[in-house]
Amino acid sequence: MAETKIQVDCDIHPSVAGTATLFPYLSEHWREMSVVRGIDDLNSINYPDNTPLTVRTDWKPARGRPAGTAEIVASQCLAPFGTSIGILNCLFGVQTLFSEDLAYAYVPAVNDWVRAEFLDRDPRFRASIVISLENIEMAVDEITRCAADRRFVQILVLAGTAKPLGKRSFWPIYEAAVRFGLPLAIHAGSELRNSPTSVGWPSYYLEDYVANAQSFQYQLTSLYCEGVFNRFPELRVVMLESGWTWLPALLWRITKYWYGLRMEVPWTDRSPTEVVRDQVRFSLQPVDGPPDPAQLRRVMEHIGSDQLLMFSTDYPHNQFDGTDVFPEGLDQSVRDMMTSGTPLSVYGRLA
Amino acid sequence: MSAMGGVVGKIADCDIHPSVKSMANLEPWLSKQWIEHFRSYGALRNQHYASGAAYHKSQPNASRRDAYPPDGGPQGSSLEFMRKQLLDQHGIGFGILNPLISSQGVRNLDHSAALCRAINHWQAENWVANEPRLHASIVVPYEDPEASAAEIRHWAGNTSFVQVLMLSRTSFPPGNRRYWPIYEAAVEAGLPVGIHAFGNSGLPVTSVGWPSYYMEEMVGHAQTSQSGLVSLVVEGVFERWPALKLVLIESGFTWAPSLMWRLDRNWKILRSEVPHLKLLPSEYIKRNVWWTSQPLDEPENKRFLGDIFAWLGWDRILFSSDYPHWDFDDPSRVIAFPATDTERQMFFAGNAQRVYGS
Repeated sequence: MAETKIQVDCDIHPSVAGTATLFPYLSEHWREMSVVRGIDDLNSINYPDNTPLTVRTDWKPARGRPAGTAEIVASQCLAPFGTSIGILNCLFGVQTLFSEDLAYAYVPAVNDWVRAEFLDRDPRFRASIVISLENIEMAVDEITRCAADRRFVQILVLAGTAKPLGKRSFWPIYEAAVRFGLPLAIHAGSELRNSPTSVGWPSYYLEDYVANAQSFQYQLTSLYCEGVFNRFPELRVVMLESGWTWLPALLWRITKYWYGLRMEVPWTDRSPTEVVRDQVRFSLQPVDGPPDPAQLRRVMEHIGSDQLLMFSTDYPHNQFDGTDVFPEGLDQSVRDMMTSGTPLSVYGRLA
Repeated sequence: MSAMGGVVGKIADCDIHPSVKSMANLEPWLSKQWIEHFRSYGALRNQHYASGAAYHKSQPNASRRDAYPPDGGPQGSSLEFMRKQLLDQHGIGFGILNPLISSQGVRNLDHSAALCRAINHWQAENWVANEPRLHASIVVPYEDPEASAAEIRHWAGNTSFVQVLMLSRTSFPPGNRRYWPIYEAAVEAGLPVGIHAFGNSGLPVTSVGWPSYYMEEMVGHAQTSQSGLVSLVVEGVFERWPALKLVLIESGFTWAPSLMWRLDRNWKILRSEVPHLKLLPSEYIKRNVWWTSQPLDEPENKRFLGDIFAWLGWDRILFSSDYPHWDFDDPSRVIAFPATDTERQMFFAGNAQRVYGS
């Protein structure tokens, strides 16, 4: 009997070639505004088109952006890895628009484009609901609109926000997430309402990219301290392209100050480590690990669970060669948990 | 104290915070103009409150309630009581003063420089001159790098001072070229640069905006220090000054192995952008950077801390108590996992000797 193992890739990036690509999903007014005002592209500096990190060489088309059609993504990213379900996280830079109206012209257009061009063309695809945090009511409306289609399996925001994600003004989004059974995914990148680092704007893209790990740490601290996990015990938070070897040190540090300063956050009824085990998961790539597999195994012991990581390629970003997506030193049972067990338990809509 | 073996009495404490009883203590070294300026305008920083911190501490002055000197004043303001409660009681033979008195982040750069000069005199004359176990840090007005370099050169060769002190929340990434005169002057003077957590940059304290709680601020010093270290490495500060010794103070260090793996990995992908880096990022860090121990993170399994000490190297981590602050670490209890006598000797004394020439 052929094996029918489900394998989920939780972080795949389709590319929007430019705003014209979205015209079929924009109203006549916003099509006209795009043309009149010369709004040709919303690609952000989170992933400039041509850095060696943005696109793996063998996934780069002769012209234009990679990952533009369902056929290309399926042939490059599903088949070679034996993936049966691929979750699409579109990173077209709609999160950075300041005008709420402009943001919520392009945000639904991105979601509708993903639905028509990917979900409707290949049954293996699922997608995240892209939102802008510039207006929370509009975000909840967009979540509600998209959630009617069960192929949308989670909500997507960027790690670099204007305000920390634990703040109560964001809670209507988490309420909607729980209501519709959608995890909250936080993906690398920034709205750039704040500088990429807490000490300002660095000179190099290398610093911008490394800084994502610090933003994720601030966000996890905020979600923990503000009591989001206590108020929404059913909420699942997924950190995408976050790296994860920083997790043990952060949890030890939050624990240290939880012991000392718990009076400030009296609603926290579980330790940071317990909360993460209950409610937070991480995508596999990038693996910011040590070269030595034995040392990586020790890092996994520090993490203390083999159920926190979920398989991801981060396609078409350049994180590994060939199909060599797993770091050395992981048992087959751990890999199986990453590709199937954990994502199926996190994404209620995949069941 | 059995765990301390032969180092009792010789322990190096690399983070001690002396306080003024009031800012008037600095007046002997301030001109009439600055005394009057301070009385009229205060020392304006990049933050809301005229006194105190944006995030209210868990207790007054963030300090131990048992550390008020019997003769009055805030915690850390009496040399006599510091001698008794810290140096004598815990066997500290070498202590480094890191004053966190409003000065470095003051927006009026001339006022900032005047306050830093006064604080340096106050340390040398009121503390170090009266207590041979204590050593001072040159407090510099780091948002004015040229004035900072002048301050370092003013004190260079004065044996009261063993390092240059900056705070972690600079207004630009600390590797930015605007700060290079500071590193150049420190290397020239043969002094390590210590970067201590805190400061008022004017930017939100996280890259994702202002958090709600002091607890988040405290956890977040680790991430801010990560970003600062990335900047110093990637901007090429250690490439340009291979002899520069950097000590990250009260910033945590358990994050460092992961950060080095992340930096190395992304440097391999993006190295065409930074051809000025000749070594792996982690090689600069292993060569140029030390960390102080307090606050020591708290995994359930304390042996995991032993892994981090081993991965970074026992020669890179310096004991610090953070006296008189509330999260003070007692040297007799700080290493709660297996460690050899040699490792303990390095941690409590030997490393500081190498870095500071104690």
